Amino acid sequence: MTRHVISARHVVSDRLVRPTRRSFLGFSGGLVAWSQMPRIAFAAERDPRLVVVILRGALDGLAAVPPIGDPDYAALRGDLAIGAAGREAVLPLDGFFGLNDAMPNFHRRYLAGEALIVQATASPYRERSHFDGQDVLENGMPEPRASRTGWLNRAVSALPVAGRIAPVSGLAVSPTVPLILRGPAPVLTWTPPSVRPAEANTAERLMDLYRHRDEELAAVFEAGMGMDAMAMGDEVAAGANAAFTEIAEGSARLLLDPEGPRIAVLSYDGWDTHANEGAEDGRLAGLLAALDNSLETFASGIAPIWNETAIVVITEFGRTAQGNGTDGTDHGTGTVAFVLGGAVAGGRVIADWPGLGVDQLLDARDLNPTIDLRSVLKGLLRDHLGLSDRILAEVVFPESAGAAPMNGLLG
Amino acid sequence: MIGTAAAFQRFGLGPRPGDLAAVHDFREAIQSEVSTAAIALLSGPDLPTSGYALAELARERAAEVRPEVAAQARFYRAETASRLARFREAEIGFVERLVAFWTNHFSVEVSAGTLERALVGAFEREAIRPNVLGNFRDMLGAVTKHPAMLSYLDNAQSVGPNSRVGLRRGVGLNENHARELLELHTIGVNGGYDQADVTALARIMTGWMFARNSNQRVPIGSFLFTAAAHEPGAQTVLGVRYSAGGVEQGDAVLDMLTVHPETARHIAFKLVRHFVADDPPEDLVAELATTFVDSGGNLKAVALALIESDAAFAEATKIKTPQEFLWSALRALELDIRPQLVLRGLRTLGQPMWDPPSPEGFSDESATWLAPDAMTDRLDIAEVLVERANIGYLPGELVDLILGPAVSSESRRAVLSAASRTQAVALLLMTPEFQRR
Repeated sequence: MTRHVISARHVVSDRLVRPTRRSFLGFSGGLVAWSQMPRIAFAAERDPRLVVVILRGALDGLAAVPPIGDPDYAALRGDLAIGAAGREAVLPLDGFFGLNDAMPNFHRRYLAGEALIVQATASPYRERSHFDGQDVLENGMPEPRASRTGWLNRAVSALPVAGRIAPVSGLAVSPTVPLILRGPAPVLTWTPPSVRPAEANTAERLMDLYRHRDEELAAVFEAGMGMDAMAMGDEVAAGANAAFTEIAEGSARLLLDPEGPRIAVLSYDGWDTHANEGAEDGRLAGLLAALDNSLETFASGIAPIWNETAIVVITEFGRTAQGNGTDGTDHGTGTVAFVLGGAVAGGRVIADWPGLGVDQLLDARDLNPTIDLRSVLKGLLRDHLGLSDRILAEVVFPESAGAAPMNGLLG
Repeated sequence: MIGTAAAFQRFGLGPRPGDLAAVHDFREAIQSEVSTAAIALLSGPDLPTSGYALAELARERAAEVRPEVAAQARFYRAETASRLARFREAEIGFVERLVAFWTNHFSVEVSAGTLERALVGAFEREAIRPNVLGNFRDMLGAVTKHPAMLSYLDNAQSVGPNSRVGLRRGVGLNENHARELLELHTIGVNGGYDQADVTALARIMTGWMFARNSNQRVPIGSFLFTAAAHEPGAQTVLGVRYSAGGVEQGDAVLDMLTVHPETARHIAFKLVRHFVADDPPEDLVAELATTFVDSGGNLKAVALALIESDAAFAEATKIKTPQEFLWSALRALELDIRPQLVLRGLRTLGQPMWDPPSPEGFSDESATWLAPDAMTDRLDIAEVLVERANIGYLPGELVDLILGPAVSSESRRAVLSAASRTQAVALLLMTPEFQRR
C-alpha cells in the first residue's frame, strides 16, 4: 500500500546543495581574505595596497605567454602551439614572447607600462602535487608543511604599526583562511553570497575515476551531469567570468574603503587543464578571459588608488611542455607570474629563458624555472610595503638565501 | 573476502580516522561491540517518552498561543541530533546499523502525521533498541503495541463490528495493520496468507489501542487493550484456531508468527539483502533462517551468524544508502553538524529521516539509490561537508585511514592528484570504495 511518493529531488530553500552544479564547470574560486590591520607607518602619505591573486590548479604559463620566438616551441606544443607560424591568437609583447589573446585588457596595461610578466619562474617546490605545491606557494618555505603560517601574514605582522590603534579581530564568514594569510596578524574573510568556493572540475575528475573503476557509477553520474561536450567550453567561460568578476568587484570595494583592508588575497580555481585545454579557444582561453576581465574590473574599481596598488598573480607550478593524450597538459614546473598596478614598472617580460630543447627542459618534460618566485615576491614586498631585506630573508621567506629580492619591479 | 576497511562500511558506520588501526580482528571487534551491555539503548534529557510526547502535543493543541517551533518538530530535531551524536561515538556501529535495519523493517513514517513525527524517535528507543540484540518476539510485541505503530497503521481506530463499541457506533475493522503485520513484519508477501487470514487477524487485533490521555487506567501513551472495542469470538489465522479471549488472543498469534518458518526466511532474506547483496546468496539466507528458528528468534544470534559467515564478506556490490553515506562521511571527517542540515540533506538525497514512502520502508536495493541525480547530489553534499570540516590529515593520510590498504590505485591517484585539499577529500568521499559496501 503506497501512502505517497517522496520525490528524490526536494528543492530546499537555504540549501545544502549548491546552485551551480549541472555541468562540469562548478568552479568559481571564491575565497577572499584580507587583513584588517592598523594603519601602516609608511613614509609620507603612502597608503599602499597589495593584492595577491592565486590561480589554483597550475596555470599553463606556456599557453598564457607563449615563447613564439623559441625555435622548439611549435613542434613541442603541437596542437597547443598558439601564435606559431600561421596561427593567430597572440598579442605582441617583446618579439620573443606573445600574450594569449584572451587577455586584451592585460595587454593594454602592459603597453601602458602598468603590467609586467615574469616567465620561467617557480617556487622552490619540485614535485607535482597540487596541494603540496599550493602549500609551498603559500607558506613561503622551501618545503610543504614546513609552516602553519603563510608568508603574507608574516609580512603583515612584520610591518611597523602607527599609533596605538588596536587591530580589529578577525571575523570568519567563510570556514577557513587560506594558508598564505594564516598567522598572528588578524584576518577577515569574505565570500560573495552567490559564489560558493566549489572546486574546479571535481566532477570531471570524478567522472574520470568512475570510468576507470565503476561503470555503473559512471553511467549514473554522467546522466546526472547531463554532459554536453560541445557546451562545455562556453559554459566554462561564462561561469568563470561571472564568478571571478564578482570576486573582483567586491574586493575592489573593500580595498577602496579608507577604513578597509590594505592586503587582499583572491583565489581562482579551475586551472588544472588536464583535458580539453584548448589552444585558441576552449577551457584555458575561457579562464584567461575571465581572469583578464576580473583584473580589469578590479583595476576600474580601485581607480582612485590604482597608483598605490600592486597586484601579483601566481600559481603553484606550470604544466608539461608537451601535450598529453587528452588534449591537455599535465603538471609541470616553470610557469608565469603577472605583476600589475599603477605602481608597477611594467611593459616588459622578465625572463632568463632556458630554452625548450629536450636537454633544456627540466626532467625532459617541464619548462625549467630560472627565476625563484620568492625573488619576485620579496622585491614587491620590499619596494611596495617597505620591508627590509633582513626581515624578508629571516621572517617572511626563511631559508631563501638563494633568492635575492628582484629589483626595479616598481617605478 | 573484503578487508577491514570495507567491512567497516558494510557492517558498521564507516571508520573514523584511527578506527582501522584500532581493530585487529573485525569479527572479534563486532563480538565485543555486540556484547557490550546496553549498547543499543539511547536516552537523553530532550528525548521524550511516548507518553510525554503525546501529553506535550495535547498541551500545545489546547494552548491559546502556538509555540514558535511545534513540539513534533522539536522532538524530531532532538531525536535526529541524538542519533548524530551516537553515530559519531560508536566504535564500529554494527549495532546502530541493526537498529536502522529493524526500524526500517518496522517502518513508521514521520510524514504520516503529527503524532508519528512526535513519536518516531521514542518508538525506536522504546520498541526497537531494547530488543535489537534480544528476541524477535519481544520486538514484535513492543512494536505492534506501540502508539506510533498503532496510530500509523490505523489499528488504534480499528473496532470489532460486533464489539460493544462497534455495535453502538456502527464502526468497524481497519485491516491495515493486520495486513502489514503479515506482509511486511513477519511471514512476508509470499508467506502463504490470504485475505481471510488478514481479516481474522484484524479482528483479533481490535481493541489494541493506546491511552490518548491521562484519564485511562494505564499511563498516557501506554498500550491499552480496550475490551469494549475487541471483536468477540474465536478466529482462525493461517490454519490455527485462536479461542475467544482478550489481549492474549493476539499475543498468541504473535507467538505463532515468531516461530513460523516463513518469518525466519523473510527476516533472513531481508538481512542479507540489506547488508550483503541485492541478490541475496541462497546459502547465506538459509543459514540465517536456520539460526533464527533454532534460537527461537534470537536476534543477536542471527546477527552474529551473519558476521561469522564468509559469504557475508564477498566483494562489495551494493551502494550505500544516502543515510549510510552521510553517517560514514560525518565520521570520516569527524564533523559535527546541526540536525537541520542533516534533515535537509537527506531530503535532497531522497531518504529523509524516518520517512520512507510507505510501511515497506526504504528500499534495500541499490538500483533505487542510483537515480540520475543521486551521485551528483552526493558530490554537492560531500563538498559542503568537506568545507565545514576541520581536517587535520593530508589527503594521502586520509586515504589510508578511511579507505584502507585495499584502495584501488585509481582512487588513490584521483585523491592525491587533486587540485586542492578540499577537492581531494570530496573525491575521497565519492570513490567507489567509499560509495559501495
